[in-house]
Amino acid sequence: MAEVLVLVDHVDGEIKKVTTELLTAARRIGEPAAVWVGEGAESGKARLAEFGAEKVYVAPAELNDYVVAPKAELLAKLANDASAAAILVSATPENKEVAGRTAVKLGSGVLTDVVDVDAEIVTEHSVFGGSTITHAKVTAGIPVVAVRPNSVAPEAAQGAAVEEEVSVELSDAAKGAKVTERVVQEKGARPELAEAAIVVSGGRGVGSDDFSVVEGLADALGAAVGASRAAVDSGWYPNQFQVGQTGKTVSPNLYIALGISGAIQHRAGMQTSKNIVAVNKDPEAPIFELADFGVIGDLHKVAPQLTEEIGRRK
Amino acid sequence: MGVQGGWPPAMNIVVLVKQVPDTATERKLSSDDKTLDRAASDGVINELDEYAIEEALLLREKHGGEVTVLTMGPDQATDSIRKALSMGADKAVHVNDEALHGSDALQTAYALSRALGRMEFDLVVLGSESTDARTGVVGAALAEYLELPQLTLAGKVDIEGRAIKVQRLTDYGYDVVEAQLPAVVSVVEKINEPRYPSFKLIMQAKKKPVEKLTIADAEIDAAKVGLANATTETVDFAPAPPRAAGTIVKDEGDGGTKVADFLAEKKFV
Ligand SMILES: Cc1cc2nc3c(=O)[nH]c(=O)nc-3n(C[C@H](O)[C@H](O)[C@H](O)COP(=O)(O)OP(=O)(O)OC[C@H]3O[C@@H](n4cnc5c(N)ncnc54)[C@H](O)[C@@H]3O)c2cc1C
Ligand SMILES: Cc1cc2nc3c(=O)[nH]c(=O)nc-3n(C[C@H](O)[C@H](O)[C@H](O)COP(=O)(O)OP(=O)(O)OC[C@H]3O[C@@H](n4cnc5c(N)ncnc54)[C@H](O)[C@@H]3O)c2cc1C
Repeated sequence: MAEVLVLVDHVDGEIKKVTTELLTAARRIGEPAAVWVGEGAESGKARLAEFGAEKVYVAPAELNDYVVAPKAELLAKLANDASAAAILVSATPENKEVAGRTAVKLGSGVLTDVVDVDAEIVTEHSVFGGSTITHAKVTAGIPVVAVRPNSVAPEAAQGAAVEEEVSVELSDAAKGAKVTERVVQEKGARPELAEAAIVVSGGRGVGSDDFSVVEGLADALGAAVGASRAAVDSGWYPNQFQVGQTGKTVSPNLYIALGISGAIQHRAGMQTSKNIVAVNKDPEAPIFELADFGVIGDLHKVAPQLTEEIGRRK
Repeated sequence: MGVQGGWPPAMNIVVLVKQVPDTATERKLSSDDKTLDRAASDGVINELDEYAIEEALLLREKHGGEVTVLTMGPDQATDSIRKALSMGADKAVHVNDEALHGSDALQTAYALSRALGRMEFDLVVLGSESTDARTGVVGAALAEYLELPQLTLAGKVDIEGRAIKVQRLTDYGYDVVEAQLPAVVSVVEKINEPRYPSFKLIMQAKKKPVEKLTIADAEIDAAKVGLANATTETVDFAPAPPRAAGTIVKDEGDGGTKVADFLAEKKFV
């Protein structure tokens, strides 16, 4: 069976959930081979094996010293050497760029924001703010596919996870843009927005930069915090938490929208959430068209009560 | 490739602009060839490209030089060119050829790289993502084709002489990325606040030069662009099935409890 390369997302050796999703999807197509860049493969390997990785390619951390291009050189080389059936990456902004450059090198095609992929590498996409479902395929070369986090349910299956060190001789072109510093901003204890199983978002209805009503509920649920553009533009919450067309695309099991009207651009970033709960004082708010459960009311009353109720039931 | 250095270091900047269907209108694919149905909705300039134009104008104000708009698209795309010129760009290049219809993201990057190959520039600025296709790969693919440093997802750009430094947005905050010009920069929304065109600039824009290029002019290989040669194919499309109607209740002082019941039923608590 042909290898399917899966680019591993990890933070210092700790594997992100999306990687287990990609390994699960890769097994439909062929034999998953994880591609690990940087330190920590020793500790992360067990988890890759648990989700069916037969091989783990380990490449040196120096690849992270330059923007995107080194990873593309690595993936293209591995894919060519192994005559891989496909390459799967998570559809994060950075990995979509990696996917694009890799496909150029391979002379193949790239499919992004994929919400499902089958054994024949036909992909499903949710486009135009979730209003249209498309199916697509790559018609030339080794398909490079960027899959949205939370799209595929991870299923365990034992793999051998045989480690193989790889070295790449980076081209000069790959070293053009050097990362000279990494700045970590208020990460905190909350899960990462794009990955989180639960997201609680606040909009203009929150009313001020005091987002504690949103954060309190998020923390009770172990959720990530998101924000509408109106809240971000008002300076109430940092830009990297914006959900929507020009922000993050999230697809959690549960999305709770507090004081968000549900504009099409916001929906574009959360419409594929499995369960949607909305609290809004306007019964006509379009967000209710999406909601599995909605409360017409003041979020400053409903959310704190919900937070307390969750605490009580734990 | 024509890349301008020289002293004093005036900056020649090319801004990439894409015309997209207005997100506020209903967007569709065409049943004929499964590409974007441009007749179905109004065309507007891709929102992030306004930020790219603004950044180019700010850099020109600081360093001197010229801002050239480059777009690839059908006749209607002239609307977006006008908008970019009326924000203050100096001139435009419009690659317009029936052979380009249905090009995918990589083919688009290839075609743009060819057009750029015959222009003189120090910097290419583009949006990090379009609102219609949203692939977010054009900037990276362009850097690959041009073999230039990729400074994408930039929230801040600083240039000193030939050295460029950007803050590249990441999940955890940002990376500081450094390179030498010429380079490709894509911008995110937080980078600036795009200006509104003034009446004077709108009038002036009508007289600014717009160069029209066919694929032959730009030396774009016809075998590498267009629907027939695309590296990806849309197999089918359909409207998304409507979500099952949910339960909407009015808060009677127990709204939070009712949500908790719903969450318990779904096993979230
Ligand atoms: C090209 C483009 C891209 C965009 N990208 C994005 C994007 O990525 N993300 C995004 O979110 N938006 C985006 N927008 C903006 C979008 O169109 C909306 O303006 C925005 O989503 C509105 O945010 P909101 O719902 O918080 O605010 P509003 O639309 O003002 O809604 C606030 C809601 O809160 C309710 N409310 C007020 N007070 C309370 C209360 N006390 N309790 C309960 N409910 C209350 C109101 O009834 C109202 O429904 C984009 C727009 C454009 C043109
Ligand atoms: C719903 C839909 C889904 C699609 N999915 C895919 C896919 O998965 N894979 C694929 O290969 N193609 C896909 N396409 C085709 C793709 O839209 C076009 O190739 C498009 O020209 C480039 O992709 P983008 O808009 O996503 O670019 P992005 O990378 O999102 O755009 C980034 C920036 O590139 C610049 N830019 C993009 N296009 C142009 C242009 N024509 N002229 C000047 N500047 C430009 C703009 O500055 C823009 O802000 C899809 C098209 C549609 C309508």
